[in-house]
Amino acid sequence: MEQPDTGEITSTTSSASSEKRQSLVSGSNLNRAQPTDENARTMIDVNHVNFYYGDVQALFDVSLSVPEKSVMALIGPSGCGKSTFLRTLNRMNDIIEGTRLEGSIRLEDQDIYAPAIDVVALRSRVGMVFQKSTPFPKSIFDNIAFGPRIAGTTSRKKLKDIVEVSLKQAALWDEVKDRLNDSAMALSGGQQQRLCIARTLATNPEVILMDEPASALDPASTARIEDLIFELRKQYTIVIVTHNMQQAARVSQYTAFFYQGRLIEVGQTQELFTNPSEKQTEDYITGRFG
Amino acid sequence: MLSLFSCAFLSVLTTLGILYVLFSNAVYSFDSETTAFFQEVSIGDFLTDTEWTPQYKNDRHFGILPLALGTLKITGIAALIGLPIGLAGAIYLSEYASPRMRNAIKPTLEVLAGIPTVVYGYFALIFVTPYLLQPFFSDLLGFEVKIFNAASAGIVVGIMIIPMVSSLSEDVLRSVPRSLREAGFALGGTRFDVSTKIVLPAALSGIIASFLLAISRAIGETMAVTIAAGLLTTTSLNPFESSQTMTAYIVNVSSGDTPVGSIEYKSLYAVAITLFFATLAMNILSQWVLKRFREVYQ
Repeated sequence: MEQPDTGEITSTTSSASSEKRQSLVSGSNLNRAQPTDENARTMIDVNHVNFYYGDVQALFDVSLSVPEKSVMALIGPSGCGKSTFLRTLNRMNDIIEGTRLEGSIRLEDQDIYAPAIDVVALRSRVGMVFQKSTPFPKSIFDNIAFGPRIAGTTSRKKLKDIVEVSLKQAALWDEVKDRLNDSAMALSGGQQQRLCIARTLATNPEVILMDEPASALDPASTARIEDLIFELRKQYTIVIVTHNMQQAARVSQYTAFFYQGRLIEVGQTQELFTNPSEKQTEDYITGRFG
Repeated sequence: MLSLFSCAFLSVLTTLGILYVLFSNAVYSFDSETTAFFQEVSIGDFLTDTEWTPQYKNDRHFGILPLALGTLKITGIAALIGLPIGLAGAIYLSEYASPRMRNAIKPTLEVLAGIPTVVYGYFALIFVTPYLLQPFFSDLLGFEVKIFNAASAGIVVGIMIIPMVSSLSEDVLRSVPRSLREAGFALGGTRFDVSTKIVLPAALSGIIASFLLAISRAIGETMAVTIAAGLLTTTSLNPFESSQTMTAYIVNVSSGDTPVGSIEYKSLYAVAITLFFATLAMNILSQWVLKRFREVYQ
């Protein structure tokens, strides 16, 4: 598989947030891990985020930024908070009773935890694909059209176009174009996951969050999903949680390593995998724990 | 093991016994000395005659229609009230209510389900008719609302089936996987979008089954309608008229002084077997709906 060209797509991180990160991860030189290309805009900017499930703190002072149109992989052992972190980015944790977030998360210029933010509108800007494919028990067409419909699109023709474009983007069109009215439940696991990606694309998001999108799939389907991520990163900013080191190395330009609710290290994927600045990162990626 | 089997077997035996009694009195008597209802009255008359007058010695008619219509009318009103409220309650409990709220509401609903039906009948007669129906429909709109009327009985039967609909429907709504809801929220759905466009359709088979069970409960409801709906056997569709149901007829005749073995007495069994088949059909239908339309989640 083609390796991500990390030289071209780089991020801007304000020196201020670099400093924060530096103070967060003591002793490491994070400027080395954070490429600073003035051309790439920061899409997501996370500052000093603490997150709580009731009284249990799940994230400790996490700060990082994701450049526009890039893929950032979140890695770390189970329970390290990477999924929780992912779900703070579209406020998915809001639907869990008793959760609380401190700090700020900005999507472009907007603080997404500001009181005036419309969570529903936010979620149509920040789409999400889950570990388990979750087709609705409806037809393929209705699955894809769900997002646009609740956003107010009623024109059958427009919906048809959206469905076609989304399915093509998700590389599923050729397999399902003759049976759009069949139940989505009848698709194979890999197809269902691509359907879920297409469904997310149909809402026309800017950011796509993926929570281990390929962990339940066979190698062939996984490869298709990875190819897809490769295509999608040209247009979308993608944050992906994965357990699979090779996958992180293959699809992402940036990698963030979480451990016990803390962000241990974040940087260019190549850099982080070949020359991690933290001992814990090295232990994890070389398979000594996790 | 054996004792458990005996218990199960006993309930089967009881059912068979009841069926035998119904069948031998209504359809075909196995005793040559007596005759069953349908050996004296043709099924054709029973189904097509529009009058039900077993008590008129000289002009007996055995058309089930007025009684069936009475049952249908009250069941219809009950369904109109109980199903939407029950379903709305279920959606609220499953999708909107906080755990604290749910813990407060569910026991209340169970209390509603635990109230003896005779109390509902009394409630219809002394509250619903004089304080709800008459002020509104007769004083304001000019209908004539009888003291004993189908509407009040239908309303209380509707209230009676609310707990059943909401608790059964809530169970099926809650069994829709959380991941489906999350996917809906992640696509920018509001709570209302997710409840009505994802969870509700996904749970539809179970909800319809709960509706059918509730309707079959309404058909079989006896005490409240006996008290509140009156004794008039009529083919009128006016809900403010008195209207006897199949169940109320059985109560009235079996508690009266009808001689055993008379045709009037046997007519009880004919009505009972009709009721039996009506509720059986509803139960079978609800089972079929559940099986046929159940969504299988991974």
